[in-house]
Amino acid sequence: MAESTIDLSVRTPEPAPAEQEQSPDRAARLRAGARRRLRSWLRQPGLVLAVLVLLTVLAWALAPGLFAPRDPLRADPAHIFEPPGPGAWFGTDYLGRDLYSRVVHGASLSLRAPVVAVALGLVSGTTVGLLAGALGGWVDALLMRAVDVLLAIPGILVSLAVVTALGFGTVHVAVAVGLASLPGFARITRAQVLRVLGEPYVEAATASGVRRPVVLLTHVLPNVRGPVLSLAALELGTAVLAVAALGFLGFGAQPPTPEWGSMVSEGRDYLGDYWWFTTLPGLTLALVTLSVNRIARSVTHRRTH
Amino acid sequence: MARYLAVRLLHAVVTVWAAFTLSFLMLYLLPGDPVTIMLGGAGGSGDASPAQVAALRSAYGFDKPVPTQYADRLWAALHGDFGTSLQTGDTVAHTFATAVPQTLALAGAALLLAAVLGLGTALVATATHSARLSRLLLTAPSVGVSLPQFAVGLVLLQLLSFHWRLLPAFGDPTGLGLILPAVTLALPTASVLAQVFAQSLADALDEPYVTTARAKGAGRARVQLRHAACNAALPLLSLGGLVAGNLLAGSVVVETVFSRDGFGRITAAAVAAKDIPVVQGAVVVGAVVFAAVNLAVDLVNPLLDPRLAQRARRTPERSSRRWLRARST
Repeated sequence: MAESTIDLSVRTPEPAPAEQEQSPDRAARLRAGARRRLRSWLRQPGLVLAVLVLLTVLAWALAPGLFAPRDPLRADPAHIFEPPGPGAWFGTDYLGRDLYSRVVHGASLSLRAPVVAVALGLVSGTTVGLLAGALGGWVDALLMRAVDVLLAIPGILVSLAVVTALGFGTVHVAVAVGLASLPGFARITRAQVLRVLGEPYVEAATASGVRRPVVLLTHVLPNVRGPVLSLAALELGTAVLAVAALGFLGFGAQPPTPEWGSMVSEGRDYLGDYWWFTTLPGLTLALVTLSVNRIARSVTHRRTH
Repeated sequence: MARYLAVRLLHAVVTVWAAFTLSFLMLYLLPGDPVTIMLGGAGGSGDASPAQVAALRSAYGFDKPVPTQYADRLWAALHGDFGTSLQTGDTVAHTFATAVPQTLALAGAALLLAAVLGLGTALVATATHSARLSRLLLTAPSVGVSLPQFAVGLVLLQLLSFHWRLLPAFGDPTGLGLILPAVTLALPTASVLAQVFAQSLADALDEPYVTTARAKGAGRARVQLRHAACNAALPLLSLGGLVAGNLLAGSVVVETVFSRDGFGRITAAAVAAKDIPVVQGAVVVGAVVFAAVNLAVDLVNPLLDPRLAQRARRTPERSSRRWLRARST
């Protein structure tokens, strides 16, 4: 595993301008490569399914009105607790709201928060790791000990403390989950920075008089990217679950805003009689997490093998 | 060896202290005015008179400068005093002392289940002759970590308690009622254990001693159980802190789903009520559990693995660091 990671970093960073001209030969080769990749990709039905699920949910998030024309907030006292059927695919809840519409309209919030969380964790964690690895000495010791502390507290407790301090709401939940994912990013970035700093091209750049910050940004950071982005893909699935769990506990989007975690929690009181109320939003959430993790695994796999 | 013990112990103490400090920074400094937050969360919205606010402020010491506040709190915490709960007026230490045993029973049951399920999955997946079964068992853990715990708990409740009426839903916290929460809590941990153990088993089966054992005529089962599995189980020990943290963190959701009293439910309720002292207590308890389990692992590991005992006697400089220094001079 370690060997192949090094392979990735050794590839020439920037092709010379002359090479970028696409000769017909090169274009054909690229097309053949793409076709081969597509074919090997199609041979994995699980992966194809995961991509389809994720594309569907992304489409829900971008244009919910297109997929579920009914208003997710409109109560309809005449049709409460209708089981799933042709009229309402996921059934209706205790106010007669259409659960399918609520799931579709909830996609945007339920996905945006994890993406923001991972982006926050990625940016802050990479910065910490880069500084620690590049500066070394007491800065390194201080930063990494702080990261160790964050690692010593179970993620959800860190998130809960942040939510207590900042208040409830989707944005705060995203910050809380992002902070909990910082240590992973900081650690992997630091390890990679230390590895890259020993590479000959860094030495060459330093020897030819490139200033240290420039070396870090133009030579070290791009070569650290691979493993860090793999981790980001893996963290996304964790973040979807963490955001939903905080939503379920009631610390995320407040009702009546549709959000998957809080929808499952709303159905808790009707568990014995109306199974669809909790099961269908929960199932959607599980499918999305499974898909995200499946895709993340194949991305990581491609990078390391 | 004594030096090794002292270093590990110091490490554990520093971890807990740092967690205390971090939670102090987050909970008492970040919000701006903790008193307003506490008043807003504890039910009263804006109906507190300025005199009440001032009384609360001086009761919690918020009128003092921050370093003094921190020193006071740390000193009190060293004596086991983490303040009093805003909701119940009970001390934080007592609140957790009564809650933790319940969670311990749940976590213990879950750990047992997770170990049987996780290790069993990995063993069967490695031992089976059927490639299909092996692939199925090896993908199961990645499904296990992708399932939202609260939804799994609710679906189990729905099917087994409400639909088929096999198990009690609530009440009966120690008998049959323990089964469903323990299963829910165990699933992610079992998945992690299965993944790590399967990998470590595969590594162990590549080792020369396995070839030797085979060459000497040991059967397949004997090689796997006696030679490979014992060695492959060692890396699992280093997961101890992570597993304990997972179980504790999982209790927040699982105890809420199954309405069980314990660490998790108290924590969730404290966050909902903005009960800052209790939330800080929960963070510190989490860090204590993590540090204590890791300390125990550090102490047991050299006893089980002579190679580690040898390494513990020396304290080598990290090789990467030494190498970098050599290059830079």
